[in-house]
Amino acid sequence: MITPTGTPRDATVLEARGVTKRFAGITALDNVDFTLHPGESLALMGENGAGKSTLIKVLTGVYQPDAGELHLGGTTTTFARPLDAQRSGISTIYQEVNLIPLLSVAQNIFLGREPRDRWGLIDFKQLNENARTLLDTYDIHVNVRRPLHRLALGMQQMVALARAVSIDARVVIMDEPTSSLEAREVETLFRVIGLLRAQGIAIVYVSHRMDEIYRVCDSVTVLRDGKSVHSGLLADLPRVELVSIMLGRSVEKTKRESLTAFGSARTSSQAPTLIATDLTRKHQISGISLEIRPGEVVGLGGLLGSGRSETLKALAGVMKVDNGHVRVGGRLVKNGSVSAAIRAGIVMLPEDRKAEGIIPNLSIRDNIVLAALPRLSVGGFTSRARQDAIVDVFMKRLRIKATSSSQLVSELSGGNQQKVMIARWLAMNPRVLLLDEPTRGIDVGAKAEVQALINELADEGLAIVMVSSEVEEVVEGSARVIVLRDGSVETELIGDEVTEHHLLSALVGEPITVTKELP
Amino acid sequence: MSVIVPEAGLPTTKRFDRETLALGAQKYGATVVLALLVVIGTIAFPTFASVSNVSNIATQSSFLVIVAAGMTFVILTGGIDLSVGSVFALGGVLAAYGSTFGSVEALLLPLVACGVIGMIQGFLVAYVGMAPFIVTLAGLLGVRGIVFASTNAGSNTPIVSDLSFKAIGQETLFGVRWPVIIAIVVIIVGTVLLTRSRGGQSILAVGGSESAAALMGVAVARIKFSVYVVSGLCAGLAGALNAAYSSSGVPTVGAGLELSAIAAVVIGGTLLTGGRGNLISTVVGVLLLSVIQNLINQVGSLSSSVQSVVSGLFLAIVVIVQTILSRTQRL
Ligand SMILES: Nc1ncnc2c1ncn2[C@@H]1O[C@H](COP(=O)(O)OP(=O)(O)OP(=O)(O)O)[C@@H](O)[C@H]1O
Ligand SMILES: [Mg+2]
Repeated sequence: MITPTGTPRDATVLEARGVTKRFAGITALDNVDFTLHPGESLALMGENGAGKSTLIKVLTGVYQPDAGELHLGGTTTTFARPLDAQRSGISTIYQEVNLIPLLSVAQNIFLGREPRDRWGLIDFKQLNENARTLLDTYDIHVNVRRPLHRLALGMQQMVALARAVSIDARVVIMDEPTSSLEAREVETLFRVIGLLRAQGIAIVYVSHRMDEIYRVCDSVTVLRDGKSVHSGLLADLPRVELVSIMLGRSVEKTKRESLTAFGSARTSSQAPTLIATDLTRKHQISGISLEIRPGEVVGLGGLLGSGRSETLKALAGVMKVDNGHVRVGGRLVKNGSVSAAIRAGIVMLPEDRKAEGIIPNLSIRDNIVLAALPRLSVGGFTSRARQDAIVDVFMKRLRIKATSSSQLVSELSGGNQQKVMIARWLAMNPRVLLLDEPTRGIDVGAKAEVQALINELADEGLAIVMVSSEVEEVVEGSARVIVLRDGSVETELIGDEVTEHHLLSALVGEPITVTKELP
Repeated sequence: MSVIVPEAGLPTTKRFDRETLALGAQKYGATVVLALLVVIGTIAFPTFASVSNVSNIATQSSFLVIVAAGMTFVILTGGIDLSVGSVFALGGVLAAYGSTFGSVEALLLPLVACGVIGMIQGFLVAYVGMAPFIVTLAGLLGVRGIVFASTNAGSNTPIVSDLSFKAIGQETLFGVRWPVIIAIVVIIVGTVLLTRSRGGQSILAVGGSESAAALMGVAVARIKFSVYVVSGLCAGLAGALNAAYSSSGVPTVGAGLELSAIAAVVIGGTLLTGGRGNLISTVVGVLLLSVIQNLINQVGSLSSSVQSVVSGLFLAIVVIVQTILSRTQRL
């Protein structure tokens, strides 16, 4: 645990007083107070749609508040645009959009601050070198000349981090920085946060992962339905209490409704629904064979670059394989064809929902029923009533926070967008469900619901494959874990072997001793 | 101090190479087709590679190059400028009027007026938030209206009277016509701005992802505003040069020019969605259009409707190849 630096508690670096922000139909922030002290590491917590990202955008000049004021280092201020906040030493990693996909890593890091030669022209050699030096400092290894869109999502996030910390800042704000990171990258992030704190830089940290909060933060501000409902030190606040404040329930009720719904993982002895044999694609995966039975939730474990996501993509027909084949119910599925895979009953929840799935300018309803349309329609027509029935169920169960099912997805909070995507794939009612990071960015309450839904689907006889970078989730949710390393199957954990300890040592390929430093 | 760190994890060399190849093909595809056509033309038609024909192609292309250069800036931000054909005509008419006062006026009058038109359109797109398509479509109609209104419904064709202004369109330097030299200068200056200035980086950023660029502190509105001004200036300059070249400001000139300019930009390899592209490839796109046109003329016997079909087919092929290549690349 990082100890708070000894700055006087009365000085503030950034403050919001009575901030209110309304969007058409809803009040996203309602008279919110927010205080950040120099060197403090503050967790900003709340359910999906509580207003965390909106508060951050008000603090950094993206949105103008409808009421209330901001104080910077004790004096009242306004930020007309993000650049103003940046110039005042507030550096931000936003939740949704981060960087420019077509520009290189180095260009992204230094956009607007490029080194120039004596003619006033950009010195690209210097630019790349600066980027390399910066990334080296934080042990991030990537070719700085590569266009950003060719990097894995986690690496893109690390580049965003490098950009944020390279801006000479007093405050660094991170809105769910870890939601797309691997365990190893999370460690890098924490190391960077440690370095920032040692320099007396204040941190605002948003995450739905409790372990992280308790590890990197020393105080917390909780938002609920746009109101600030609690501020205080984390050390005095047990987890259950924090969760109950977030959800607005009594501690007893929170305890009763145990927070993870997984646990009753089951094995199955029926004939496999899906059989993959010897899937190979040069430099990505080699000789991967697996069988998934009906009613089974199989975890796919592995580190970054182990080929987890690639394996899922190969199964779903998104990625063509050079060798090997996939069978569903004994029938061969055409290689590299998504539509053939869907016809065979394989659907995949992609990892990068933003790039690969969500359609921001359609309504929640349209996004959910999109993939299920063929199933819902009779002779090319669909009935609105049938659509609404399905949409209503998912909106309730996943607790999608919106004004109505016809609200545009682009207006939802990050976590609620995730829920819409999950609903879309679950609504397809497939035979094989491939889930890449199913609970990413989802709050504790809804997480349990998603996990319960996954279990129910398994009970109905679906074969489910799940990838999650949260070891805990894989272990709790799966009856069987297939561990990948360097693109091939390393080992398989079954029954009693499915423990965090076993999985962690299988992941790194050597026996390790697990040290848990968390409460 | 700074060490070049190899990529961590599995080096995906093969895949990388194929991607790079496809990227290269998309980048240089138009150049390759152009080179092929030039070879074919040289072999098939003895007059094709003659000095007079080449100089003809160069001069004819130079006006479109200047217009398309401005268009490239606009398209790189993810926008579009449909008004350039009309602005081109306005530039020509104003240059001819201006030439009655002198050569400086002949150049300044169209530049100022077309710059102002660019500013109005840029303001509406960048600060009011209107769709570029709508704004510049209104520009296309409105500016043509102004041109007709100032030329008695197009029946007056103002003549360029100033001799030194005429010279800018017709004289040569080391055997190269001035419009060609000016076009080259425009391309060089534009390329330096685009690739080596912070403003250029911002243009690419805005086209790549407007929302991300805004959050990264790019002054998105100012960037969008300025590309329409640049496009207006370029179209006005080209129109003025064309007037000097043809000794008159023809009110009907430049109809459909916006489509040629957009086609040249896209054929060159600049993404219509913005964020990637450059001016050199736009020049290649323009030359490709001109050479196709010239080859069709060389055949001679084709009727104008067949000509249109042939050049349309060519464009379709180039665009299809481009699309396939860019798709390979994203895989
Ligand atoms: N541009 C917008 N238009 C309309 N409503 C919006 C807009 N942005 C946010 N909202 C609404 O404001 C509320 C708060 O959203 P916000 O993104 O701040 O939530 P959050 O706490 O960050 O949630 P998450 O954990 O899911 O990221 C939500 O109900 C959301 O639908
Ligand atoms: Mg959020």
